[in-house]
Order: sequence, then structure tokens, then C-alpha cells
Amino acid sequence: MSTATTAAAAELAVQARQAAAASDGYWKGVLRRVSRDPMTIFCTAVLVIMFLAILFAPLIAPHDPYQGSMIRRLRAIGTPNYPLGTDELGRDILTRLLYGGRLSWFMGIVPVLIAFSVGTMLGVTAGFMGGRVNMLIMRVTDIFYAFPSVLLAVAISGALGAGIMNAILALSLVFVPPIIRVAESVTQGVRNLDFVDAARASGASGLTIVRVHVLGNVLGPIFIYATSQVSVCMILASGLSFLGLGTRPPEAEWGLMLNTLRTAIYVQPWVAVLPGVCIFVTSICFNLVSDGLRQAMDVKG
Amino acid sequence: MFFYLLRRVLYAIPIALAVGFVCFMLVQIAPGDPINAIVPADAPADVVEQVRRDYGLDKPLAVQFAIWLSKVVQGDLGRSLATGRPVWDDLRSAIGNTLMLAAFASGLGFIMGTILGGLAGTFRGSIIDRAAVTTAVAGVSVPHYWLGMVLVVVFSVQWNMLPAMGAGPGGSEDWAWNWEHMQHLVLPSITLAVIPMGIVTRTVRGIVAEIMNQEFVTALRGKGLGGWGVFLHVVKNAAPNVLAVMGLQLGYLMGGSILVETVFSWPGTGLLLNSAIFQRDLPVLQGTILVLAMFFVTLNLCVDLIQTGLDPRIKRG
Repeated sequence: MSTATTAAAAELAVQARQAAAASDGYWKGVLRRVSRDPMTIFCTAVLVIMFLAILFAPLIAPHDPYQGSMIRRLRAIGTPNYPLGTDELGRDILTRLLYGGRLSWFMGIVPVLIAFSVGTMLGVTAGFMGGRVNMLIMRVTDIFYAFPSVLLAVAISGALGAGIMNAILALSLVFVPPIIRVAESVTQGVRNLDFVDAARASGASGLTIVRVHVLGNVLGPIFIYATSQVSVCMILASGLSFLGLGTRPPEAEWGLMLNTLRTAIYVQPWVAVLPGVCIFVTSICFNLVSDGLRQAMDVKG
Repeated sequence: MFFYLLRRVLYAIPIALAVGFVCFMLVQIAPGDPINAIVPADAPADVVEQVRRDYGLDKPLAVQFAIWLSKVVQGDLGRSLATGRPVWDDLRSAIGNTLMLAAFASGLGFIMGTILGGLAGTFRGSIIDRAAVTTAVAGVSVPHYWLGMVLVVVFSVQWNMLPAMGAGPGGSEDWAWNWEHMQHLVLPSITLAVIPMGIVTRTVRGIVAEIMNQEFVTALRGKGLGGWGVFLHVVKNAAPNVLAVMGLQLGYLMGGSILVETVFSWPGTGLLLNSAIFQRDLPVLQGTILVLAMFFVTLNLCVDLIQTGLDPRIKRG
């Protein structure tokens, strides 16, 4: 008897909670769905820890990232004082990984942010205006689609020469066209909905409609797409540095570290592959978080 | 249908021209005088002026583009600054090597991806599905140049099973179909195959799962068709889209193999690009990128045409 009552009460409580949840805002729902997804939480935690570690690198790094020594070159993992070994110039790997993460993250995220702003602007304009404007923007986008992304990045930064700014410029250019396409197609989907017609009929100007009615509906899907590109961008950015096109020595950056340690794979193979582990872990976490967000925000595509 | 095909082929022409223009501009956006991309830095001043006039570099940009284009169409991509040889001569053998690597890698990636994706899509929600999805995510997240290094560490340094560098014994570049040469293909192909494997797995899984949910599959089952019979119907429905993804991936591999070729010193276009970047050999950089991009444009076109031909549901008119 009593168990039945408790069960009934519990069921009522669940129903009440569900009703409350349903009346909550969209973002609370997203948060709730994310909180039930252990994989996304785990990956977010890994990313947060990594971010804090590279942010406070000067405080926690045991050594100077640029201070090398000829007598302690290429030590193995587990050397006292140098837990992850030393590189080909005797610099502490752990320290350089911490400092290197700063540039790798920077070059993985900033180009996508730039591309997100520029691409959204152009894509929404193309999708909303239609006609000749759409034609012009989308046909120019087609041209950049005619290059495989790695090739485009290598071509532009190869012509401009090595350097962080050149690499960021090249990578931004790589990610703008796909974001334009996504933004254009979602905007076209929203443009013909009834509430946009209603707003137009009530005399709202184009800019107001975009600001109030369109952006709120298209930013989500575009943002999700952009987050999925962060991992691609990070791999590509480190790849440019690996080719000697992004950051330059003695700067610490994961791709560049992989490049300079490549000559050491016969001496200290497991030390040499460490920077790649960092890139891999970051990139897979960004990918999984992006997948989790996509599901939680119920975005298709 | 015919008009769609015609229009699609015609549309490739302005795209190809625009791609040519972007490649032409690569030398223009490079810091410094474009003349430095043609003559060595230590050339005497009167020679520089002579070359400037010969190449039409004193003319307006549009005229320069026209001159450059007319040369490219005739197969003249200029001369390498580093070796003095025509760019096309070096490029020709490199393209063959890259194409072979890309073909092996995409074959491997497609087979693995189709199997994994097919299983995952058929048994959705099972352990097989989870494993395939995890593999796919890892495949698209892994920095493949790093994976190449790891494979070299394991198979070449630790176990001494496979060669780590080059395309043949003793650094020979003449290909032959024997194990001495073939073993050089193994590690680079696996490395390069990881990305298409991940993408094809995802695509095939999605498509198969979608088709399996359609009513005609239930109907076929209801008629008493067994596993293989249903499977053939699913394959027939999935093939056009899967082929389209595969075609694009082959193109990406052609352009994207630069990092893997650098890791394995594979004598293809990627290695050529890499050394061109190091020596700031702009004609080689420009020519290689032009040829690879044109290959990609052509491949895109072929994929579209084949997809339209294969799939009677696509009515483009």
C-alpha cells in the first residue's frame, strides 16, 4: 500500500518536473539534455582543464619554454625534473606543450571565429536578399569550393610566406565559404516562414526583420556548424606549422614541435609523438562536444 | 536531362577560369615584386628588365592574366626557380605518384568505411554501431601527419617491418609492381585512408539507417525476402550518394596528401609543394596548385554527372 502511494507520488513529481521543464526556456532544455550526456560532459571537462592549463602556463610550467641546454638533449619520458623528457634543443617538453597549447588553440579558434562572423554576414545577406546579391555571393563562394581545403590553406599561406598572421588569414579564407553556404541555406529556410511575412506586412524594415526574426533562428545552426570546424581548423593550423608555414621557431606550437621533433623519432620516438597526442585529444574533444551540442540543440544536418 | 548535363559542363568553365585566376593571383599576393618569382635574386638589372618585358609584367594585370592563361593552356607552367627545369616536367611524375597513393588510400578508406558504416547503419544502437561511430570520430579528428609518425615509430623504428620513407628501395623513384616497391605504399596509404574512412563511415551509416527505415524495406521483408535480398536493394539505393561522397574524398586526398607525403618523403605533388614552399619557388607552387585544383574541379564535375546518370530519382531539368 505504502509503496504504491510512494510510486504514485513519485510519478506525479516526475510529471510536474516535466511540465516545469517544458515551460522553461529553450536554453534550459539544451542544458538539461547536455547534462544527461556523459560523453559531452567528459569532453567539456577535458577541454576546460586543458584551457586552464594553457592559460596559466607561466604559473604551472616547471621550466622556461625557450631555455635549452646541449647537455640534456632528447631525454626520455620520466627523467627526473623533466617528466615528459626534453626536445632536440634540451628544452622541457611539458613546459613547451603547455605554452604550445596557447598558440595551437589560438590558431584553431580565431580563424573559425573570423569565418563565423564574416560567413554569417555574407550568408544571411545572400539568403535574405536573394536575386542578384545571392547570385554574386554564392558564385564567388563556388570558386573557393573548387579547392580542397588543405590545398587552399597551403596555397595562400605558401604564397604569403610563414607567419602566424598569414596562417590565420589563410585559414579564415578556408572556413568562410562553407559557413556562407550553411548560413545561406538556413536563412532561405527561415525567410519564407509566416512570421517573417507577418513582420514584413506590419511594416518592419529588412534590417529589423533580419535582426529580430532571422538571426535568432539561424545563428544556432551556423554556430553548431562552426564549432564542428574548430577541430578541423586546429588540425589544419598545426599542419601548416608542421610544414613550416604557420608559427616559426623558437615559438612553441604543437604542430611546429611535431615538425622539429620529427628528426628525433629514431632516438626518442615516444617523446617525439607527444605534441600530436595533444592535438588529437583536443580535436576529438571539440568534435564530440560539437556533436553533443548538435543533438542537445536539436539541429539537423 | 540533356540540358542539365550541358549546363553543368558549361558551368565548369567559368569555375575553371576563376580557379586559374586565383592561382595567378597567388604570385601577385606574394610579398615582393612578382619578377622575383621568375628570375633569381642575383640577376643583373638589365636582365631583370628584359625578363619583365618578355613576361609582360609591365602590362596591366588583366593583360598579364591573359598572357599567363594562354601559356598555361599550352602546357607552359613556367620554369622552376630552383632547378631551372620546366615546372610541368617535375609535376608530371609527381602527379602519378600522388594519384597512386591517393587511389590506394581512398580504396582502403572506402572499403573500411563502407563495411563499418553499413554494419553500423544496419545494427543501429548496437555495440558494433558504437564502435564504428567512435572509429569514425577518431578518424576525422586525428592529425594524420601525426598518425603517420606514430606508424613509423611502431612499424619502422620498433619492429623494423616496413620502410619509413620514399617510394622505392634506395630512394629510387621508378615505380615497379613488386613487394620491394609496394611495401613503401603501406604506411602512407593507411595514414591517408583514415580521413575518408571516417567520413565514409558516417555517410554510409546515415544513409543505410535512413533507407532501412523506409517502407519499401518493410514491404520487401513482408514479401519474405531474406537478408541478402534486402541488402541488395539497400545498396542500390545508397550507391549514388555514397559514390558522390567518395569521389569528393578522392579529390580531397589528392590535395590533402601534402602533409602525409612530407612525413613519408613520398615523391608526389605534396613533397614538390613542400620543397617549393621552403625554397620560395613560386612557379612550382603555382603550377602544382593549379593542376591539383583543376583535377578537383574535373572530379567534381564527373561526380555530379555520374550521380545524375546513376540515380533516376534525380530529375534535373
